[in-house]
Amino acid sequence: MRRLIWRAATLVEVRAETATARTLVLDVPGWPGHLAGQHLDVRLTADDGYSAQRSYSLAAPADGERIELTVELVDDGEVSPYLTEVIEVGDQVEVRGPVGGWFVWRPESRAPVLLVAGGSGIVPLMAMIRARRLAGSRTPFRLLYSLRDPGRRYYAAELRRPEPGLDITYLYTRTTPEDWPRKAGRVMLGDLAESGWPADFEPDCYVCGPTGFVEVAADLLLDLGHAPEHVRTERFGPSGG
Amino acid sequence: MGIISRGFRGRRTEGGDRLPPGQYLEHGFPVLSAGPTPRVPLDRWEFAIDTETGQTHRWTWPELTALPAETPTVDIHCVTKWSKFDTNWEGVSLDTLFEDVETSVEYAQVYSYGGYTTNLPLEDLLDGKAWLAYRYDGEELEPRHGGPVRLLVPHLYFWKSAKWVRGIRLTNEDWPGFWETAGYHNYGDPWREQRYEGD
Repeated sequence: MRRLIWRAATLVEVRAETATARTLVLDVPGWPGHLAGQHLDVRLTADDGYSAQRSYSLAAPADGERIELTVELVDDGEVSPYLTEVIEVGDQVEVRGPVGGWFVWRPESRAPVLLVAGGSGIVPLMAMIRARRLAGSRTPFRLLYSLRDPGRRYYAAELRRPEPGLDITYLYTRTTPEDWPRKAGRVMLGDLAESGWPADFEPDCYVCGPTGFVEVAADLLLDLGHAPEHVRTERFGPSGG
Repeated sequence: MGIISRGFRGRRTEGGDRLPPGQYLEHGFPVLSAGPTPRVPLDRWEFAIDTETGQTHRWTWPELTALPAETPTVDIHCVTKWSKFDTNWEGVSLDTLFEDVETSVEYAQVYSYGGYTTNLPLEDLLDGKAWLAYRYDGEELEPRHGGPVRLLVPHLYFWKSAKWVRGIRLTNEDWPGFWETAGYHNYGDPWREQRYEGD
């Protein structure tokens, strides 16, 4: 039987994504590999033995024994403040994974893909975009990325580069860039109708974000005729990290 | 002790002995489900227990809510690490529903509207350990928390407390359910930290 063990992970690189989020690149000797969309558990142990653990989505396919997480600072969080503000290159944490065999995309899949991200829900979806690129897949992807304001965009430079077969629509809920055609506001039926796929294309839909966002977006997809079994969701609780 | 994370101190929140290993105390009520929230109209809602001999016991919504209700106050533990203390539910004990059910098998496969399944030993559903809950904190159970009716089995990780529950199939063999076939533990005891397969 497969058993998930705790492995030592050493921070080798940090990339700032926004004022409150950063990507951590970790070296994990023995990492068994993972599918795009999976997550892992991170455990922090203090010098007196106190420990705390949380789950985080993997942001990219594994590069050998090197993995990436993107962590958003949660104000009253316990683990995320350490991962976003304290940890430095060379420091160690423990990780266990990969976990989750449902919210995953496999490069051999041929169905068109709709990714619907709310805020930091972009992370596992970005892993799918990167897995598609890495595999040289021509499966058409569309990403609808809802975020509060332009400053909250993760992976901004990477997503700005044109990529054949990947269409991206940004949707701002609070503040838009100047001269933005869509007024700021939450995701609506028209957004998913215009930027998604027609239901009769039978796309695989992946929706990830805060609970409220996922409830609304998944419901709208059903209203548009998508079959429930084609709509996979991952919800972040109100607290989390 | 494992690897020390330099400079980590932690929040050391309340919880103490009531928190199973690796859990933290949550005051909100996070939602976790793998797909859209199913739409289950009450006039078509039913709950069934299917036995190994092919007998089916059924309850409609009016029939379920006419049964004697209990109001358990329990701690719940989600495999994603949060625990919540003293949650207040109202519903029918599985002991009540199983009163007239004759069975000699050991396993229960729980299935839900929307296609979700989970499995557990039948004994974990009996003797005051499980309920069909339809009210939470004095209010109708919201669809996103599993309404109209969810299973409540608080002594196991909360994914065993199937939302939108539709029935229980009694089987000779143990049939791993949705998360149990996706890398999660088959039994899921939070006190033994049985999160994933092999734990």
